[in-house]
Amino acid sequence: MAQVTLNALRKVYPNGFEAVKPASFTIEKGEFVVLVGPSGCGKSTMLRMIAGLEDITEGDLHIGDRVVNAVDPADRDIAMVFQNYALYPHMTVRKNIGYGLKNRKIAKDVINQKVEDAANLLNLNDYLDRKPSQLSGGQRQRVAMGRAIVRDPSLFLFDEPLSNLDAKLRNQMRIEIKALQRRLGVTSVYVTHDQVEAMTMADRIIVMNGGEIEQIGTPSEVYHSPASTFVASFMGAPPMNLLDAMRENGAVMVGGQKVAEFDGSGLVTLGVRPEDILPDTNGAFEIDVTLIEELGAHRILHAVWAGQSIMISVAKDVAAETGPLRVVIKPDTLSYFDPQTGRRL
Amino acid sequence: MKRAGFSTRWLPILLLLPQLSIILIFFYWPAAHAVKSSFYLQDPFGFGETFVGMKNYTSLLNSSAYLRSAQFTVVFTLLVTILSLSLALLLAVKADKVIKGAKAYRTLLMWVYAVAPPVAGVIGLVLFDQTWGPLKDFFGLFGWDFRLGVNYFDTAFAMVVVSVWKQLPVNFIFFLSGLQSIPKSVREAALIDNRSASGRFWDVTFPLLAPTAFFLLIINITYALFDTFGIIDTVVKGEPSNNPMTLVYRVYVDGFRGNDLGGSSAQSVVLMVLVLALTVFQFRMVERRIHYT
Repeated sequence: MAQVTLNALRKVYPNGFEAVKPASFTIEKGEFVVLVGPSGCGKSTMLRMIAGLEDITEGDLHIGDRVVNAVDPADRDIAMVFQNYALYPHMTVRKNIGYGLKNRKIAKDVINQKVEDAANLLNLNDYLDRKPSQLSGGQRQRVAMGRAIVRDPSLFLFDEPLSNLDAKLRNQMRIEIKALQRRLGVTSVYVTHDQVEAMTMADRIIVMNGGEIEQIGTPSEVYHSPASTFVASFMGAPPMNLLDAMRENGAVMVGGQKVAEFDGSGLVTLGVRPEDILPDTNGAFEIDVTLIEELGAHRILHAVWAGQSIMISVAKDVAAETGPLRVVIKPDTLSYFDPQTGRRL
Repeated sequence: MKRAGFSTRWLPILLLLPQLSIILIFFYWPAAHAVKSSFYLQDPFGFGETFVGMKNYTSLLNSSAYLRSAQFTVVFTLLVTILSLSLALLLAVKADKVIKGAKAYRTLLMWVYAVAPPVAGVIGLVLFDQTWGPLKDFFGLFGWDFRLGVNYFDTAFAMVVVSVWKQLPVNFIFFLSGLQSIPKSVREAALIDNRSASGRFWDVTFPLLAPTAFFLLIINITYALFDTFGIIDTVVKGEPSNNPMTLVYRVYVDGFRGNDLGGSSAQSVVLMVLVLALTVFQFRMVERRIHYT
């Protein structure tokens, strides 16, 4: 277990592309941090810099009480789980899991014991003498996990470990990984582009976009108080509704109707989560429902409000049909953003 | 699973016929002929033949020149195979790490591939030449009086060097593509698991290259035994007497220069048996240790 501190860590590729703009944050001991963002946002590059697979252009990286900028990956006391598992195809499961220990001059019987323990933990006992090609995707992913946990590293790194699995298996492995991390208490950095994974697994989420950190916060903070319009639209499915609104006389107006009280004047971007708009026959606002998406547990209503399209999410027991619908908005759930910069006000 | 098949029995046979007839006419028939004539003594001018039984074979085993050639062939084949494989692997591993100008570097290394064996022999001759060869002068600096075509060892040395040089690019291309087909993430996983670069190479990279290496091993042994004919012919041309030669070259010299067709056939049969044994050995002993992905 170790604390990880990034101090203005920056990555510029030889062709001049700045993949990661100077980033600073601290990951506490035992914390599960998820780096999330669209592809090309620099999250993988960040992880690979922490792993030592990518050179650090500028800044310091501390793992525990060491600066590890110039330390080889093998000496950083980390373990990494790769997207395509990266198992050694010519080695049995047993050798795959034990390889990292074998190179650290650990006695054979100790290695065997540790491999057995890891296999027990991951339900891999029956597969120890198989080669990776004889395993299913989920089993391979477990072997990759086994290879990581057997070493008792001070830091786990996950690079989109579940994106090669089918949806059902992904949900299952997501819970397994989270439970395992809780049990072992190892500091973890997890990269994904899937916001559901980020929300469900993280102690803290770091949202990245275009090489920059948009927001660092707990899943609830990121979801309910997004720091920018990017975070608002990236986190959550369906995303937060972003509406053009006017500030006049201490109120925010959409389509000439007062939505809430807010200081200032001029244009503002109003953010409201789809589940914070509720159908109500006495509601102050009228929207025009154009399409209904049935999701079983709930429904997504696509609608137009004052010329702007919005989505609202309603429970399955709420009757819904296309056409005019009166709604209310939960007053203290609104977010406000600067329309120019997209930052939260 | 449903097996795809032909509706008539004759169509597949008909389709196979061209390939089969080529094999029969150009491989099996001459081979059978060689076996037959190895038991006869031929008149040099083609006026007849006498059955002599195993005499051609026994005289081979009693010929010190033949045994010397056999010995040279073994040494030559081992040297050419080991050197061309290991040097090519070294170059490929290094080339795989080059980032700047990688293409130009690789093209340069592959260039030699386009040189035909006799031409390679001629280039070797020029380099090692007695009167104006630059390498001969270079060796002279170290007090080595290099004599191509006169000194047995020097000639053998030149043959090995030219043969290895000629074969390097083929091995290089295969090793390089083999290296590049190893997933990047597997290497990165190894980077985290093992701090020693040589350890990573022998534990992860090399086993994953093994299918390529095995294929090249067979190709290279075949090359050293047979395809070096053109190089050897150019180097020793005209004066085979005291010069080293491989068994394959001796088949040609004794059969077509010495007109001893029976003896030469016996040599061919010995070679055939040798190659057969070697192939069986390679597939039985070496291939089972290889992991194919």
